[in-house]
Amino acid sequence: MSGNMNLTLKVWRQKNNKTRGKFVTYNANGISPDMSFLEMLDVVNEDLVRKGEDPIHFDHDCREGICGMCSLHINGRPHGPNQLTTTCQLHMRSFHDGQTIVIEPWRAAAFPVIKDLAVDRTAFDRIQQAGGYVNVNTGGVPDANSIPIPKAVSDEAFESATCIGCGACVAACKNSSAMLFVSAKVSQYALLPQGQTERYSRAQAMVNQMDAEGFGSCTNTGACEAECPVGIKLTNIARLNREYFTAKLFKEEEVH
Amino acid sequence: MLDSKVPAGPLAEKWSRHKFNLKLVNPANKRKYTIIVVGTGLAGSSAAASLAELGYNVKAFCYQDSPRRAHSIAAQGGINAAKNYQNDGDSVYRLFYDTVKGGDYRSREANVHRLAEVSVNIIDQCVAQGVPFAREYGGLLDNRSFGGAQVSRTFYARGQTGQQLLLGAYSALNRQIHKGTVKMYNRHEMLDLVTIDGHARGIVTRDMITGEIESHEGHAVLLCTGGYGNVFFLSTNAMGCNVTAAWRAHKRGAFFANPCYTQIHPTCIPVTGDHQSKLTLMSESLRNDGRVWVPKTVELAQKLRKGEIKIADIKEEDRDYYLERKYPSFGNLVPRDVASRNAKEVVDEGRGVGASGIAVFLDFEDAIKRLGEDAVRAKYGNLFDMYHQITDENPYKQPMRIYPAVHYTMGGVWVDYNLMTTVPGLYALGECNFSDHGANRLGASALMQGLADGYFVIPYTVGDYLAGIGFDPVDKNHPNFEKTRKEVEERVHHLLSLKGNKTVDDIHKKLGHIMWEYCGMARNEAGLTKAKELIRELRQEFWDDVTVLGENEEMNQSLEKAGRVADFLELAELMVEDALHRRESCGGHFREESQTDEGEAKRDDENFSYVAAWEYKGDGQAEVLHKEALEFEYVKLTQRSYK
Amino acid sequence: MNKSKPLLSSTLGKKLIMSLTGLFLCTFLIVHLIGNLQLFYNDQGKAFNDYAHFMTHFTPIKVVSYLLYTSIVIHAVYALVITIHNKKARPIGYAVYRGSANSAWNSRNMGLLGTVLLVFIVTHMSNFWWKYHNDAVPYIEYRTNLATHETTATELIAGEYTGYVKYVDNDFEILKAKDLYKQVQFAFQNWILVAFYVIAMGALSFHLIHGFKSAFQTLGWDHKKYAPIIRFIGIWLFGVVIPIGFAAMPLYFYFSN
Repeated sequence: MSGNMNLTLKVWRQKNNKTRGKFVTYNANGISPDMSFLEMLDVVNEDLVRKGEDPIHFDHDCREGICGMCSLHINGRPHGPNQLTTTCQLHMRSFHDGQTIVIEPWRAAAFPVIKDLAVDRTAFDRIQQAGGYVNVNTGGVPDANSIPIPKAVSDEAFESATCIGCGACVAACKNSSAMLFVSAKVSQYALLPQGQTERYSRAQAMVNQMDAEGFGSCTNTGACEAECPVGIKLTNIARLNREYFTAKLFKEEEVH
Repeated sequence: MLDSKVPAGPLAEKWSRHKFNLKLVNPANKRKYTIIVVGTGLAGSSAAASLAELGYNVKAFCYQDSPRRAHSIAAQGGINAAKNYQNDGDSVYRLFYDTVKGGDYRSREANVHRLAEVSVNIIDQCVAQGVPFAREYGGLLDNRSFGGAQVSRTFYARGQTGQQLLLGAYSALNRQIHKGTVKMYNRHEMLDLVTIDGHARGIVTRDMITGEIESHEGHAVLLCTGGYGNVFFLSTNAMGCNVTAAWRAHKRGAFFANPCYTQIHPTCIPVTGDHQSKLTLMSESLRNDGRVWVPKTVELAQKLRKGEIKIADIKEEDRDYYLERKYPSFGNLVPRDVASRNAKEVVDEGRGVGASGIAVFLDFEDAIKRLGEDAVRAKYGNLFDMYHQITDENPYKQPMRIYPAVHYTMGGVWVDYNLMTTVPGLYALGECNFSDHGANRLGASALMQGLADGYFVIPYTVGDYLAGIGFDPVDKNHPNFEKTRKEVEERVHHLLSLKGNKTVDDIHKKLGHIMWEYCGMARNEAGLTKAKELIRELRQEFWDDVTVLGENEEMNQSLEKAGRVADFLELAELMVEDALHRRESCGGHFREESQTDEGEAKRDDENFSYVAAWEYKGDGQAEVLHKEALEFEYVKLTQRSYK
Repeated sequence: MNKSKPLLSSTLGKKLIMSLTGLFLCTFLIVHLIGNLQLFYNDQGKAFNDYAHFMTHFTPIKVVSYLLYTSIVIHAVYALVITIHNKKARPIGYAVYRGSANSAWNSRNMGLLGTVLLVFIVTHMSNFWWKYHNDAVPYIEYRTNLATHETTATELIAGEYTGYVKYVDNDFEILKAKDLYKQVQFAFQNWILVAFYVIAMGALSFHLIHGFKSAFQTLGWDHKKYAPIIRFIGIWLFGVVIPIGFAAMPLYFYFSN
């Protein structure tokens, strides 16, 4: 064992989408403060496997905070107690010896549990498929420098584009609203000249899909912004509202 | 000898001429073809989207929960393109030349030139998609010099270029999914290739949620499944990165080329303990201002490790800025392989720092004195924050600790100029193939290659093959589909029947240690021979004593891992075999027997100027080496020197 | 190609309704407060009672008032619809949910605050509006000497009046109007009612601190330069001045007796 922290974990275990889940308590002993949260779970899982018990399933991949695959609702907060941090970048030094940690999956009707802590976030993919792109084919595009874009606009679009699609916004929101996610993508294209041609049909298409997936409405609590691991701002949501209402009230574009 | 199918003619005209000579598929017939794309990183997403735009039916597969999570997303630095927007003398030819030279003259000239040619189109394409590259105040695109290049040709989006490029390709893919031209299979892992009469005609996948093992048919199969760095257990790759798809294809007849070429990145955050699951890269731009050092003597290093003295107690004259000392003209900016090897050398001497002693310092004290803390923060703030978060040490106050880590694999599935493997109808794109980086990849070139292959090469070359085979539907009822599916099923059930005492990670970690120790930054005959033996024993241990829990018909991460590690255990032996046979040093492959008097890598162009492509001959049988001669008509071979 | 869903069936459309009705109610509060400040005139309620008559009988204002009642109903109904939808969006809740770490309490409890306000509005209207409109309020007569500006008030009993009148008779201005002022004075002798009003105004404050800026966010009226002004108005005018102004009325009558 490589550390001296002993923790009690209460972990949501659920075999699949058709069965009911429950909390199971585990002891995580000998945890080093230098471990990441997921490495702590690795240690617990190795013990479980040695005992012949099914390890705790959770989604993760890059473990450097960019792929957006890790999730986990830790002690009441998505991605745990730290700000601007994904679960994979959360380290055990943010906890103390003897602490009890409750680990739950993202909770939303649109994110059904697949197993234990892993949820199905393909709703996000479908929203993007509804309109999160510029309709250009490969080839036949103008030179990259043919359209100058003011640095401030480009930087703002970049800020919106940094969304990693993890779903913490939905998990944090008391209404399970996906507005921050949708607005980040709509904003990126609404700001850039490349996105102008389909600006209003895009906002409508993506909102339609968002609603169809069963996410809740935004009540502007700001929880999403506070919990977003990459700092996507609420101004994006205001922009989405603007884009959508402008589209609905003043434009006649159809949704593709 | 392997035929690379490189077209004749002057280098700069090869690709244009070849495009003209390639057969075309009639637009009305394209929809009668189905193309399978495995993997949705830069290469896979861009290929799937571009082919669907042309009118082909595409089936795309990824093991992640969304195509957007592929590990291309983690690339930080940037993407090269010979745009010469900065008027600093860049050109297609210069990018070509730099890439061949950077690859230590072990890549194919024609491929690299094509890569440099299409690099300019990539930037145009990405900008048109709305990728928010960094810009200057005038509104035009910004560039920086990267990885010691003499020109500023790297386009970037802060420290998240890979993410922005992948999201661009993902958006193009989404557009096609919406149109119904791409059928996307998330959380599906390719477990085998189906061949009929020697041609690739489909794949077998496992649905990672239901466990269903299904076969999918297509007229061509594109492997865009990335590299195999995770054979080392610890690497900067994502946890799920694996060689399985490529390895299964290899066992079905695709030759595997240069498996020993591994890139070890010098600036990663060091390992803290056995629990470590992966390594985090810090952009190499840090070496522009950071100074690398260790204590001059072993005694001082020991005291420091034990905490008897503090870093500040080590006087300037007791610090060894070894890169500056040994390479006065390049200093801290020597190429990745040189920086990495030197770090290993000082650590092996016992002069390493940090509690484990397996790290060197990267010190910003001088930069902070010279530029001020604010200027340093503006340049590297996000990297410093990341370091601080992971290590709990403040790099503004004390030097960073860094150590090399496995980052990229230049080797991969052998492909010809058309990106086709030795199995007709089977293609390999991006990091999965071996083609463009020779023995060492330059910074900001991986993203370039992935997108070049997907957007601008495969849409032309795959048509040539398809036009030749006719558009009759693939016979779904061909016995090979069921046969291969059964084989996969048996393999899965065999894995699930293993009920030993070791976990899959136990074995994987052991494999990592063996590979790092004997087939890592420096390799020698004795070590490699030993490694071969150790790997065989370990493979036996795996099948005898590992335990795999759960059942197939559910999400089962134990099973997923076990299948991947089983394949790594086979690949590892081939890597060692390849490293053993290549008795020269080149790029990422450093053979201790082949070095200059000054301890630098020494190539042996006379005997090893070839691509080593290995053919699988059956379980337990030695793989057969095929050589593709590398001929250099344009580039002059020189020994690299950074003194 | 398919037509997009109608505006009001989308989650955003519903929020638009909440935002517009909410802002309309906010503007009403300003008018209502300014008008009711006449309760503090030391004139035996003359100005207030006269104003009350004007507000209930001037046609344009009557139209606006019906708009107002409709807004209250729509605001409440849509709140309910949205809340039900939002509950459905998370059928299984968290065992541990630390909302306090990421959002303000009031922003998460607008429904609760709104319910308090709805109960308040019903109480308030049945106390005053209902009685006023249903002849439950007796009349009062004010005689003001136009030379000295002295006013005397006389309570009228049934039969002594036929409705609102205001005229000048010699040097006196005569005003006969429903004595709502008296009703107010009377009602606020009850400490329970006073306490309820004060609590409700607390709820109003919290409701509007979130609601006012939230309405602008929903409309998409967000701008680096102007958002701070909206936040300022939301907190200081709607969160502090207006609720304190209203709460001062019951307290004034309770303690001045």
